[in-house]
Amino acid sequence: MPITPLIAMVRKDLQLFFADRRAVIMSFIVPIAIGSFFGSIFSGPSTNTEAARIPVAIVDQDGSPISNDIVASARTDKNFALSLISADATRDQVRRGKMTVGVIIPKGFGDAAGKAFFSGGAKPQLDLLFDPSHATELAMVRGILTEHVMEAVSKEMFTGPGGRKAVDDALGHLQSTGLPSDEQRALGTMLHSVQAYYSQQDAAASTGASTRTRAPGLTMPYSTHEEAVTSGANIAYNGYAHSFAGMGIQFLLFATSGLGIEILLERQKGLWKRLRSAPISRLTLLAGKTLSMTIVALMTLLVSFAFAMVVFHVHISGSLIGFLSVAIATSLMAATFGLLIAALGHTPQAARGVSTLAVLMMVMLGGAWVPTFIFPSWLQQLTLVVPARWAVDGLDAMTWRGIGLAGAVAPTLVLLGFAAFFGIVAMSRFRWEEA
Amino acid sequence: MLKINNLRKTYKDLVAVSDVSFTLERGQLVGLLGPNGAGKTTTVSMIAGLVTPDRGEVLIGDHRLSGDTDPVKRRIGLVPQDLALYDELTAHDNLRFFGALYDLTGAALEQSIASVLELVELSDRASDRVKTFSGGMKRRLNLAAGLLHDPDILLLDEPTVGVDPQSRNAIFDNLEALKQRGKALLYTTHYMEEAERLADRIVVIDHGNVIANETLAELHARVPAGPDGGRATLETVFLMLTGRSLRD
Repeated sequence: MPITPLIAMVRKDLQLFFADRRAVIMSFIVPIAIGSFFGSIFSGPSTNTEAARIPVAIVDQDGSPISNDIVASARTDKNFALSLISADATRDQVRRGKMTVGVIIPKGFGDAAGKAFFSGGAKPQLDLLFDPSHATELAMVRGILTEHVMEAVSKEMFTGPGGRKAVDDALGHLQSTGLPSDEQRALGTMLHSVQAYYSQQDAAASTGASTRTRAPGLTMPYSTHEEAVTSGANIAYNGYAHSFAGMGIQFLLFATSGLGIEILLERQKGLWKRLRSAPISRLTLLAGKTLSMTIVALMTLLVSFAFAMVVFHVHISGSLIGFLSVAIATSLMAATFGLLIAALGHTPQAARGVSTLAVLMMVMLGGAWVPTFIFPSWLQQLTLVVPARWAVDGLDAMTWRGIGLAGAVAPTLVLLGFAAFFGIVAMSRFRWEEA
Repeated sequence: MLKINNLRKTYKDLVAVSDVSFTLERGQLVGLLGPNGAGKTTTVSMIAGLVTPDRGEVLIGDHRLSGDTDPVKRRIGLVPQDLALYDELTAHDNLRFFGALYDLTGAALEQSIASVLELVELSDRASDRVKTFSGGMKRRLNLAAGLLHDPDILLLDEPTVGVDPQSRNAIFDNLEALKQRGKALLYTTHYMEEAERLADRIVVIDHGNVIANETLAELHARVPAGPDGGRATLETVFLMLTGRSLRD
């Protein structure tokens, strides 16, 4: 392959690329801006001092010791940004999207909950008003609220006056529960034991023998230790690594598809007649184009990551060689994708629309915008046929996941496979005759 | 120097060129005329190696042109009808790129660039971007780009479209100079007065076939002199040969 024409083609393409201010801005500045934005959204709690709290309003229409305890307990919950407002105000704010969930504790809730706790009576109902655009937070609030309600109800039942009354009532109505006689006897035994427990507490309180504080009620019988598994000890997950990988890939694909369209424009202007009239092989012509597109794509990705490293402290915690091999394979895949657009496109105008759609679909399904783990499982499997998915996963593996060189092998090989496929199709479909 | 033997090219059912043969000698300019769609551009494209003929051959000297990388392509220079230039690059950068396609490098390339720029009188604009050039200047640079590698044969496909009389005259002077240097020029045009001024011989193509291949005097002799004794114009001869019906 003659080297002089090859170098000349690459140099000329790079000159033209850098002469186009809009292309430079689109390739280098826009991915940095959008990557920074997405990174700030997806950085996760480890980079913040405190997780975002869910705006929750509680309306206590009961005023019972149990409902007071629920409110007091929820007020100290670090997951809630709690407001105590009226029912109407709650509904209005949820509707306006200013409140995510509103909890209404209806009148008689504490009394009914106590009865249901011991004797299985009718369970009272909590009303949850929620913003339908925050269904995920509703599930979280429901779970957290369960803990607070159980704690408040059990505490009142085992130590408070409401509990004693509930036990007395339950014993008085044992016959009317409808339970089989052996179960009635067992329930009666348990309730008498609870009464005996109350009597002991009263005796201890009157003699001053007990210094214990009031029992806390039922609590979760376990605690958790949470550890974010990253590339090493004391290395926090950095959401910017993923967002810059995603945006870098998106805009390098835009850059190479733009260069592919440029080939169609060159043909329209008659420039390919000059190229084809020179004694140069088809392979040299396509290799020159591929090389220049690969260089532009690689620069797009590396400039984005350089910015992320300096400004957002993104690290290549895996293998530098692995990172570079994934980056080069990604750039080569993008370059051959650009060639494919030039080969299949009939006019620059038509190719521009189709290529924009193709790039957006590829990066969306590839997890460049949001990580693929939030996709349904079937879609996660399906997106394995999308080259951008391998590029994003490969760069994630080499940056914040901190996987070694071995983690780069599969993405690199798959991306090279896509590059070969695109290149072969482009070569076979390219319109060579210039009439 | 250039011999075209029985060239044929079809696109599905369309016969673009049916059977075209002619020769072009050193120091000669042959005008290739024909109505729209007659097959002129396809013929030039086959000679330049842009299109593979279905049948026939292009001989450069004794060498049959074949394949994209045939070294004999260096003996051909193409000046396309389109302004095949990069507007965002300077004239010098354009020529440096086109020269490198023919493996020209270093001092030899710079010398060629200086020489062709001087010929087309654009030396003082070498460092300016092409997008700042007038239509006539672009046409002259388009011609210069085809001459960089000093080809023996120059294929000019309507090289004066859309230029002012001054630039057109300058291009004619360039072509006369090239003829004097022994270059063989194949010139397609719709302007009959250009062919009359420049051509040593005229080949008329219609419906993909050569219908005339003669000197200007021989063509004029085909039409009897008018009542005033004046000879017919080339346009009259051309219309007589190709008819007056409109072409697409």
